[in-house]
Amino acid sequence: MNFELIVALRYLREGRGQTALILTGIAVGVGVIVFLSALINGLQTSLIDRTLGSQAHVVVRPPEELPRVLTAEPGTLHGVIVQRPPQRVRSIKQWQQAREDIARFPGVVAVAPTVIGPAMASRGPGSSAVAVRGIDPEQYQRIVALREKLVAGSLDLTGFRALIGIDLADDLGVRVGDRVRLQAGLERTAVYTVAGIFDFGNRDLNQRWVFVSLRAAQALFALDGGVSTLEVRGTRIFDAEALAQRITERTGLVADSWMAVNAQLLVGLRSQSSSSYMIQTFVILAVALGIASVLAVSVVQKSREIGILRATGAPRGRVMRIFLIQGGLLGLAGSALGILLGIVLALLFASLAKNPDGSATFPVELTAALFLRAAATAVGVGILAGLFPARRAARMDPAAVIRGG
Amino acid sequence: MAEPLVRLRGVDKAYVDHVVTPVLHGIDLTVLPGEFIALTGPSGSGKSTLLNLIGLLDRPTAGEVYLEGRATSALNDAELTRLRARRLGFVFQFHHLLPAFTAVENVELPMLADRGRRDPELRARAARLLESIGLGDRMPYLAPDLSGGQQPRVAIARAHAGDPPQVLADEPTGNLDTESGRQVLELVRRINRERHTAFIIVTHDERIAHQCDRIVHLVDGRIVGDDAP
Repeated sequence: MNFELIVALRYLREGRGQTALILTGIAVGVGVIVFLSALINGLQTSLIDRTLGSQAHVVVRPPEELPRVLTAEPGTLHGVIVQRPPQRVRSIKQWQQAREDIARFPGVVAVAPTVIGPAMASRGPGSSAVAVRGIDPEQYQRIVALREKLVAGSLDLTGFRALIGIDLADDLGVRVGDRVRLQAGLERTAVYTVAGIFDFGNRDLNQRWVFVSLRAAQALFALDGGVSTLEVRGTRIFDAEALAQRITERTGLVADSWMAVNAQLLVGLRSQSSSSYMIQTFVILAVALGIASVLAVSVVQKSREIGILRATGAPRGRVMRIFLIQGGLLGLAGSALGILLGIVLALLFASLAKNPDGSATFPVELTAALFLRAAATAVGVGILAGLFPARRAARMDPAAVIRGG
Repeated sequence: MAEPLVRLRGVDKAYVDHVVTPVLHGIDLTVLPGEFIALTGPSGSGKSTLLNLIGLLDRPTAGEVYLEGRATSALNDAELTRLRARRLGFVFQFHHLLPAFTAVENVELPMLADRGRRDPELRARAARLLESIGLGDRMPYLAPDLSGGQQPRVAIARAHAGDPPQVLADEPTGNLDTESGRQVLELVRRINRERHTAFIIVTHDERIAHQCDRIVHLVDGRIVGDDAP
């Protein structure tokens, strides 16, 4: 063991009352940081999971149709009113090439072609407006884990089979094996057997979405081998907007990220993060001031001893490190206690409020990365807080403090 | 003639704090190996200041302090610290043992501060020193738990631990009863004779001064006497 560590540990032990108090302070601070972070991260992960559990990171579609205005003859003036045409389900031109191009983009995990369009679902006298999604189940599974959302039946879309949401099944009074009629436009209609019932945990999606095979959707919307959208999954969810912009720039297609589609959710997440960071900043500041004040008092109390150490041969650097190490040790021990406190608080909080299905209303996310970050912050803050008292100790004139003593 | 341990040439010292307070004037002093010197004088005559200059704890305002033939005024703080650790020993007024450490740790600590790392040899050396002065059974005692007579002896062992050629002692027997004072003086005399260690002892006590081989008498910052008793 080296000299600085020996002296630092002895000083902390000698002032055990002060040490215990500041350790408690650091532990409470770190505990609050761990608890808050676990809660906010848990809530955000839960929200994102719920949102992205049913969505692609980026959805690529063809550019909107715009009417072309005939150019006026030179020397004549025309007054023109341009009306935006109603949008119809259209295919992406050369979608196979576009899919391959997008799949090669850095940060892209999977691309799945889909056909999406509006239809009416009916059974007997009951009917409901739905969004039909034609998919290739295997490819789509890499974008959205549809199989995990099934509460009945199977992911079998061969032939005229369909998956419907749990709420639509209730509205139409159908079960697996029953038949529903899907009608797109006036003439295109087909009858599908319900192969499975899914639950996305979102009433609107459960009422509106109907999955059929890609081929069936192409027939329903008269796309003949075309696809209306390419759904993309990236490696990092928060890079989705940048990925969407790159896709638009490189392909000329319209690409919407989940972040653009769910702008309000993103604002909410960012607000949560900002308030969490602000609270954490003030807590860290309070912890830093606590450590600094304890060490500053210690330097004053021990000025004569520091003088003796300096006089008898302790270099300035070693004296300085004695107090930096004390700051670091306080941070380390305080963070260990604080992490325990944070875990207990988070688990207690999560166990208090439960959803009807038994899951936590406030899910908490306790990860090794969070603990490491909290510990590193506390140790770093401890050393930084010790810097001013340590410099003061190192600069003491041994003759003056011994004479003054 | 042996190489002097310390040589002061025309040393002046003044403290500057709003006003300039001169303390020492034109000090010339030479200390040879193995000398046993008493530094006497009335309060405020500059004894402790002179001891601090010899001990490289302070720098002169004018003149030069030579340690073992080496001029010290141009040395930086790290070099002065290293010289203090290896070539000088200190016994402070009131002994100033570190209260958080045991007797043996107090003796070991200056060597440890210089070396930087714990070494069993340092601890063994500190233990041997305490044994040799009859404090072997007091090694694990914290400094405040030692008696008034034991504390200065531990402080002397600490000063002597690195086996420096000279030890500077500022009133080592002050605040001690007669018997303890006698024991402390016997100890430093023994070290002086056995190890040929030079001692410069600041004292007000005439009896102690007269047991030294040489008395340097200061008045108003000037050496007014420098004779063997």
